[in-house]
Amino acid sequence: MDVMPKWADVVLVPLFSLLLAAFLSALLILAIGESPSEALSLMVQGTLLRSAGWGYMLYYTTNFIFTGLAVSVAFHASLFNIGGEGQAMMGGLGVSLVCLFIPWPHWSLAIVGASVGAAVFGMIWAGLPAYLQAKRGSHIVITTIMFNFIAAGVLNFFLVGALKPKGSMDPATANFPASTHLPTFEDMAQLVGFEKMFRSAPANVSFFIALLACVAVWYLIWRSPLGYEIRALGKSGPAARYAGIGSVKVIMITMMISGALCGLMAINTTQGESERLILNFTEGAGFIGIAVALMGRSHPLGVLLAALLFGFLYQGGAELALWTKIPRELIIVIQALVILFTGALTMMVRAPLERLFLMAWRG
Amino acid sequence: MTNPAIELKGISKAFGPVQANKDISIRVMPGTIHGIIGENGAGKSTLMSILYGFYKADAGEVFISGKKTSIPDSQAAISAGIGMVFQHFKLVENFTVLENIVLGAESGAFLAPALRKARAELAELAAEYELNVDPDAVIEEIGVGMQQRVEILKALYRKANILILDEPTGVLTPAEADQLFRILGRLREEGKTIILITHKLREIMEITDTVSVMRRGEMTATVKTSETSPEHLAELMVGRKVLLRVDKTAAQPKHQVLEVSGLNVVDEAGVLRLKDISLNVRAGEILGIAGVAGNGQSELLQVLGGYQPATGSIRVNGSEIDLTGSSSDGQSRRARGIAHVPEDRQREGLIMDFMAWENAIFGYHRDPAHQLNRFLMDNAAVREETAAKMARFDVRPPNPNLTAKNFSGGNQQKIVLAREIERNPDLLLVGQPTRGVDIGAIEFIHKQIVELRDRGKAILLVSVELDEILSLSDRVAVMFDGQIMGERDPSKTNEKELGLLMAGVISEARI
Repeated sequence: MDVMPKWADVVLVPLFSLLLAAFLSALLILAIGESPSEALSLMVQGTLLRSAGWGYMLYYTTNFIFTGLAVSVAFHASLFNIGGEGQAMMGGLGVSLVCLFIPWPHWSLAIVGASVGAAVFGMIWAGLPAYLQAKRGSHIVITTIMFNFIAAGVLNFFLVGALKPKGSMDPATANFPASTHLPTFEDMAQLVGFEKMFRSAPANVSFFIALLACVAVWYLIWRSPLGYEIRALGKSGPAARYAGIGSVKVIMITMMISGALCGLMAINTTQGESERLILNFTEGAGFIGIAVALMGRSHPLGVLLAALLFGFLYQGGAELALWTKIPRELIIVIQALVILFTGALTMMVRAPLERLFLMAWRG
Repeated sequence: MTNPAIELKGISKAFGPVQANKDISIRVMPGTIHGIIGENGAGKSTLMSILYGFYKADAGEVFISGKKTSIPDSQAAISAGIGMVFQHFKLVENFTVLENIVLGAESGAFLAPALRKARAELAELAAEYELNVDPDAVIEEIGVGMQQRVEILKALYRKANILILDEPTGVLTPAEADQLFRILGRLREEGKTIILITHKLREIMEITDTVSVMRRGEMTATVKTSETSPEHLAELMVGRKVLLRVDKTAAQPKHQVLEVSGLNVVDEAGVLRLKDISLNVRAGEILGIAGVAGNGQSELLQVLGGYQPATGSIRVNGSEIDLTGSSSDGQSRRARGIAHVPEDRQREGLIMDFMAWENAIFGYHRDPAHQLNRFLMDNAAVREETAAKMARFDVRPPNPNLTAKNFSGGNQQKIVLAREIERNPDLLLVGQPTRGVDIGAIEFIHKQIVELRDRGKAILLVSVELDEILSLSDRVAVMFDGQIMGERDPSKTNEKELGLLMAGVISEARI
């Protein structure tokens, strides 16, 4: 018997988790000797009250939508994909190869090609651990996290070797040709007549691809027979076996979709922002995806909202680091707190809420 | 006047919005056997858990031998002289009988004196109550009947005067159940008080002195067993008149639908689970498979249902079925006209977190009829169909958007049954159709199965309830240790003969 109405479970529980995390963060900021309220207003001013702030926030949000969706899809099959980081790195490799070695006439074609490249590379990188899990029973949490290290090694290998331009001291590829550069929000604003909007902010058209991915994942999970099988397997292995749902097939497909989504992150970072492949471009977004999926309850709309929140925290954190002596790492602490409360300690938040609803229930 | 051994006054307990026990009062006199009967979810187990200190009652008082007693935990229950024998035994499998009995009552840093004392006491108890058990036998090597005795001895060793048994005969053969009742009778003679929780009317009539009936958390009646009848008790349990007998005509079997021969199954541990099984089912008849749980019936259903590899041959409507290939799965079986109501509906038959409409196509979700195109399901149509199906099968509440876990056991089973029967299969596999299902729904489910038979379909029924097998089947096969021990005509056999077969004793070979 569900004690709480669904809306309360979906809205109130994450909200209270967030408030708890915010409260503890405020204590931390106090301990450092800064004012929490000033910190918050700085974060809001630097992020929400100017268009460039939005431009940065949405850039981060785009990454988090992709990785958050990726983790969500895997969650529906009860698979824990911690390998988003590695899959995104490989996606970056895919994007670079496509952008560097194929002469694209226009960015609109290049983004399609780069998306395919990113998705295929991410897919392969998730498919290997999936195969090991499905056929050999190696736990996906262990293998995906190990594959993160392997991916970092592979990236390193290419960036100091084959893909580094001759004579360069920088472990990065050459700049992508101009015809592959994606229009940023600044370009798009200019196009519709708004000058000086989103000045030099990195957000670009891939944000809209992320939104499309949200819709696509929603259809996949709740409207397609494949999504039905993914959810069935995730809820009950024995029942899936009874129904004749092949677990090997579903695990493989689910993880490959998940990997493809992680890989797609690279069109934002690599094609959209840096316009060349650099080391460590993922900046932990693969891991943030876990928090985003947990907070968003593995629902595309929830993922979108959570990704916006984390985008805000990321950009706000950068502002804090710039203007106060609060280190940027504090944001990581806040994120960790959010993960702790929304993921590990949901019951701690849910139980008192349920009791509250029970009391209201009995009048 | 003597005080009642145990008396409950006004016990109430709620779990969230569900009222599990409402103002329950019972008096049980010493030296009697008191039955508590009720449907699943009527609140029997909750009441006993309160008595044994697992739950705290919201209101009400417990009196033991006239003295008000509070039971905050099971330690308090034990020291108040209450012993509990759970449905699922709580024994350490690789310990000996003696070690299990001492477990938790070692009293001291060294084990040897406690074991010595227990051995002596065990011998006394065995003599007094005819509870003979080899103290040095290892639990996993003795039968369930013996294990149950160990549970009873455990309680007696802890000086229990009041013994609560929760569905004690669920795992026993009829012969073992008779033995248990003899032991209970002996305990009664020695002045012990016994509370017997069961849903089997026959047991209540056989052994109890008084019986209380529970329905929806309330105690609806307490009567002397000698002054009541099974029909009356059933009516009290359900709240309306119930047909206990299955109404059916003689079967008119036609062509062979299922032919199984030489079926063998080896499990992952290398143990032979099915040994050379051969059987056949014709259209228009019900073949019942009787047997104590765990004798290969589950494996047989799984092989037929497509998710257990096997060797041998299975033919459906004359053509061979692939038993080992990669395409041997539930989907391929459904395509061949085999529908399967699995034994464990909550683990296999349903996804408990899925809504009723999602469950209504489970296993058939790849059927093009449920899809708009290759990539999208026609959820709206499925919802509508499900609502109609739920109305036809009297599922309550008839709301297709409710998750499966929010339905009662009987209604969950109706959802599974509706899904499988409405596919109009040639062969229906049914496992434990009424396990955990309330009496009212049992009647309905039996009727549906018989109706399908009368439409000329073949039905393979597996059940551990002998009554059910006897009343539904047109032929009965008994399984023991992975083998078919024999086949009988239900009208020409009785529980005793089947019981012997279930225990692996072939009397006269009348196969």
